[in-house]
Formats: sequence, C-alpha cells, structure tokens
Amino acid sequence: MAEQMVMPQLGESVTEGTLSKWLVKAGDRVQKYDPICEISTDKVVAEVPSTLSGTITEIIVQEGETVPVGSLICYIASEGEELSSSAQQVVQAAVPSASDSASVLDGAKQRFSPAVLKLAQDHSIDLSMVQGTGAGGRITRSDILDIVEGRRQFVTASVQEAEASIRVSEPSVRIPAQSDDTAPKLPAKSFKASQFEVSQEDQIIPVSAVRKTIANRMVQSKHEAPHAWMMIPCDVTNLVQYRNKIKDDFKKREGINLTYMPFFIKAVVEAIKEFPMMNSQWAGDHIIVKKAIHISIAVATDDALFVPVIKDADQKNILGLAKTVDYLAKKSREGKLTMDDMTGGTFTVNNTGSFGSVLSAPIINQPQAAILSVEAIQKQPVVIHNMIAIRDMMNICLSLDHRILDGLVCGRFLQSVKQKIESYGADTRIY
Amino acid sequence: MAVISYIDAVNSALREEMSRDSKVFVLGEDVGFKGGVFKATQGLYEQFGEARVLDTPLAESAIAGVAVGAAAYGFRPVAEIQFADFIMPAVNQIVSEAAKMRYRSNGDWNCPLVIRAPYGGGIHGALYHSQSVEAMFCNIPGLKVVAPSTPYDVKGLLISAIRDEDPVLFFEHKRCYRLIKGEVPDTEYVVPIGKADVKRQGKHITVISYGLTLHFALQAAEKLAQEDGYSAHILDLRTLYPLDKESIVEAARRTGKVLIVHEDNKEGGVGAEVSAVIAEECLFELDAPIKRLCGPDVPAIPYNGIMEKFFMLSPDKVYEAMKELAEY
Repeated sequence: MAEQMVMPQLGESVTEGTLSKWLVKAGDRVQKYDPICEISTDKVVAEVPSTLSGTITEIIVQEGETVPVGSLICYIASEGEELSSSAQQVVQAAVPSASDSASVLDGAKQRFSPAVLKLAQDHSIDLSMVQGTGAGGRITRSDILDIVEGRRQFVTASVQEAEASIRVSEPSVRIPAQSDDTAPKLPAKSFKASQFEVSQEDQIIPVSAVRKTIANRMVQSKHEAPHAWMMIPCDVTNLVQYRNKIKDDFKKREGINLTYMPFFIKAVVEAIKEFPMMNSQWAGDHIIVKKAIHISIAVATDDALFVPVIKDADQKNILGLAKTVDYLAKKSREGKLTMDDMTGGTFTVNNTGSFGSVLSAPIINQPQAAILSVEAIQKQPVVIHNMIAIRDMMNICLSLDHRILDGLVCGRFLQSVKQKIESYGADTRIY
Repeated sequence: MAVISYIDAVNSALREEMSRDSKVFVLGEDVGFKGGVFKATQGLYEQFGEARVLDTPLAESAIAGVAVGAAAYGFRPVAEIQFADFIMPAVNQIVSEAAKMRYRSNGDWNCPLVIRAPYGGGIHGALYHSQSVEAMFCNIPGLKVVAPSTPYDVKGLLISAIRDEDPVLFFEHKRCYRLIKGEVPDTEYVVPIGKADVKRQGKHITVISYGLTLHFALQAAEKLAQEDGYSAHILDLRTLYPLDKESIVEAARRTGKVLIVHEDNKEGGVGAEVSAVIAEECLFELDAPIKRLCGPDVPAIPYNGIMEKFFMLSPDKVYEAMKELAEY
C-alpha cells in the first residue's frame, strides 16, 4: 500500500502551507530524503524531503494550492510494491476530508472564462462563493446563470466557517456534504459587491502569501495597538569617522562590509537592559516582560518585507552582530529563511535610513511593544558650546504600544540609545 | 411539401429557372446528353435542347471563360465544374475576371454567373475527387461562396445565385447528393445569400458548421441530448463568403461555448475566420476557448478506405468533441 506524504509543520504557529512547486511528478522514483516539493508558508520557502524510497504514485495537491498542515499531498509506493494505490484503499488518517473539498474549490478558483467574469461583475457575484460544475470544478457560465436566475445557490457559508475552524482547531474537522438542496437560500445581494472599478489599462496583481501576511499583520497591529511616536536626533560624527577608519581593514579581515547597523543594534540592546519594559508584550490581562533579547531586523526585497531575528543579541559583540545581520539579509534575499529564523523577536530595529528616509513612523511588529527606526545620516549645522559646527546627524524614531509603554520610559530609553550611539568612537571595541 | 434528395433540389432549381428565364443556360463536361456524371442536369438536355445545355471540352478554363463572357453579354450561365478538385485551371477566370468585373468597370459591367462544383469526400473518390476547396475562394471580395447542406437550402440558394447580379460559387457536397433528403415547398421560394440559419435550438454549446458535417452535428446533438442531457445550438453557415457575422456572433453569445466543424483542412479553413469573428465581437461572452474540429492538415483525402475514414469526420467524432466542450 502506498504511503501518504502530508503537509509538514514548518514552525509551531504555522497552520497551513502553499505547495509552491513540485520537484517530482507521478511515476518518478525517489530516494529517501530526496526533495519532492517546495512549500511556502507565511514567510518561508522550504523543501520537503521524501520519507521513504519508492515511486510517486499520485499527486494530490496541485501547485499553488494552500492546504492545512497534515493534509495529504501525495502518495509514494515504497520499493517493491505494486503501483496500484488508489485513494479509496488508503485509510483516512491524518487527512481531513475537508482539505479534499477545499482543494477542489481552489482548483475551480484558478481560472475564469471571460463570460464568467463579466457575469460575476454585472451581478456582483463573489466567485469565491461559487462551486463550479465544469471540468475540474471550473465555474461555468451556466453555473453563474443558474445563480442569477435563482436555480442554484452559492457554496454555503458553512464551508467557509468550516474552513476557518480548520485553521484554529485540529485539522480533522469534517465538512458536511454539500448539495444544492441543503444549501441555505442566500440572496445574491448579501454578498459583497466588487467595490473597485477596474479599467482595461489597469494591471491586476494577485496577492501573494507573503503580501497577504504583511497586510494582515500591519492591519492587526494598527488596529490593536495604540501607536504613539517620538523622535530624537543623534550626533554620529564620531561613529562615522571611526567606521570610515576601520571599515577597509574589517572587510579584508572578515569578508563582509561593516555597516552602521551592528552599532545601532548594540546600543538598542544595551538600552533595553536598562529599560526591560521595552522588551515586553501585551497579553490582555497581564504584560509579559521577556528575558531574552531577540532583535528583529527588517529586510526589504523588491516585492516583500522580511523580518528575521537576531537571537540573543545581547550576547553578541559588534562583529557577531555584523555577521548575523549579513547572514540573515542574504538568506532573506535568497528566500531561504527558515521559520526558526523568523520567529521569537522581542524588539525590532528598522534601518529606514537605507532608503534615504530622515523621519519615519514605523508600525509595531506584533506582539512586540515597540519598534525603533534609524534614519539617514546627514551633515548638518549644529550649535555646540555656542558655536556652529558641521556634524553628522541622524534621527532615531520610536513607535510604542501605548497600552504597555508611556512617554516617560520611552523618552529615557531613547536618550539612553542616543548616548550610546554618540559615545561610539576610537575606543569602541569591535571584537 | 415533397421530400426530395439534395441532388434533385439542384435539378429542380435549374429546371425552374431555365423555364422562367430564357437567358439561363447550363454548360459543363457531360452535362448535356449524359445529364451530368452525378445526374444533376438530368433531363435538361431533352427539355431545353442543346443550345441551352452545352457539353463542353475537358477544359475548365474554357468553361469558366465562356461563362464569364456570356454573363457579360447579358446571359445567366450556370457552369458546372465536374469535381471541385478540377476548378484550379479556371481560377484565373473566376478570380481575376468574374470577381473583378464590376469593380474594374466602375460598376458599368457585372457578371451574373454561377459556377456549381461538387466537393467533399466520403465517396471513395481519392485525391482528385474528394477535396474541399472552398477556403481558397473565401477571401476574394467580388465573389460569393455558397455551400448549402439541405435540399431546401440547395434549391432556394441556387435560385438566388442564378438571379444574383454577381458571380456566385456554388459548392455542393457530393456525399449529400443522394444521402440527404428533405422537404421542399411545391411553390416558388428563394433563400437569401449571406444568411446563416439556425438548424437546431439549444443552450449548452454552439456548433457552427456547413455541408455534410452539419448533418453529423445534428445527429451528434441528438445523442448528446439523450445520453448526456446537453442541448446543442447548431448554426448552418450556408454562405461561406461573405460570412453572416451577425448570426455567428448571436449564436456564439447564446451559449458562450463554440465548436466549429468542417471537413476542409483546419489551418486557414473557413472555421479560422469564423473563430476570428467571434473573438473580435464577443470575447467577453465566451465561456470556453473556441474549438475547431476539422479535417487534418494533409494534402488530400486518401484512397485507402481505412485512411479515408481516418480523414473524414463522423457523427461519433463530432459527438466526442461536442461532449468535451459541453462538459468543460
């Protein structure tokens, strides 16, 4: 009997994954641990290794489909077995029947004919609510006409609820069999009308999993956490001179560029130690003050934003931080971050200065309490001892969750970060 | 109404028009004394005499050329090309002379000429007696191309063609000659050139065809309705050039799923133009890619019976294509 391959758990909080690419096809022979497909979760792309040597007999989940963790993705017949595996023979174990019907829906959603799109627009029909009767579950023109003319109903809301409950509970929820007769009668008007006008010149970009995650997180943070904001300027003249002096040697010796980022992270980490509340989380009826200091850093790629984490940043010197930042940035750009790389952050440092920004009001990376952004360094005239001097100036900005933090502690925290940044100079130790 | 065969409809139209108008005459190889190799002109020689039913030499260029001259002179010739495959020597007369006469003379001259040509396979006729040549005449402005599929349309359209003031190529599917029978009114009637006809009402798929394959589609539609519960809307083009775009678009809109069927080779066939019209006019009402079921793109219909069967469409082949589209 063929073995089942299921959607693996790629991190503790991960409940579903998108099968982004098959590396094998039905009939292919694979060795144990050979990669068989690529899975992308919210922010990670990972290869899934085969659990045994054998032959792929049937691929269940198609590319682009998103299924809950534990869902069957393919069958593998182990060596020496007959290839006569069929889905009926296989005991339904970890495979929720829900995922099967969900995948049919997903397949149907992939492509719409011009007629279907036009009718859906004209009658304000949400196509994600329609179950197709065409080949491969395609939504046909007849399906839409049947709905418009009242001969058929939408997919019932209970499917959606069931799908939603799969995500929060055990993935073994069984969706009740759907048929036209049992579907509650829902008038077309109760479904959301498309509220956007799209002209022919406009480009429509489907929302990727990463984009969706970014959008959800940002909305959630802005919605839940009352953001307050402050900014303070820092004189980084000494740091600039010091870095310029040592950066070539550093590059030669370590093989990576010495950026300002490790200095700023170190200053933030040391200041967090003085003000532990900055490293906390809102938990409804209590506040959790985290002991470990894991610094999230924002890394932008062309079309997405990744926030990998420097674990135990308080235990690293400038060199250690520099190497970790370089490593995580590379991994982000190559799309190779693991779930472990992305989770556990307790405070975020965001280098918006790298885009030339001199002022930013970042959105807090939930469930953290605050986020600090470092802005671009600019030469500016500054009054020192009643004299005007040209100094390298830089703003640091802080967005804080006002449920946890107040202006006083944050002001002191920022002052501390400022002092540490301004005190970098010739006697700062890199190693 | 009498039930007559496809070829009887040809004969009946010729006889009636020749009786009505003394300027109408027929010419061609063996059309006189023999009454035509298919007997389309049977009895005309006896009824109208050798002056109006002319046996010609085996020279298609001359048949067409004489007809063009006679038409310019005020006659209404109906020339027969014995097999459409043999029309090639006459192409220069048809395309360069007949089709251009009105344009070239700025409307002073016209060419009321009909050229009848039996076309199509399925009669074990091999490559010189089976070809479908209609597509190569379907981008010649000045020419009308007609290809009826039923006795009613044959008679009504042939009468219209004879009365038309400009040249008309009249293609008769030779397999239909004695296979297809149908009701034809006892009284005089015409079928307008340039108008397609809905031969079957339906709502799930639209099939557009002409000639013999139109009948395959009608048979397949019955099976599809009985066995699969899908109803097919079937449009008979009847006139291949110029196309009845309005009817084509209307038929395509009706179901959003279009299958075009013809015996002629697929690439560059009439179906390609029909498909283009639909894509231009009603893309946003399509529910499936436009499909074509046509003859394979090989030089000719083979003599070998098995291979001929392979080339020719059949009700089963059309049924499979219709079913696939209906289920899409």
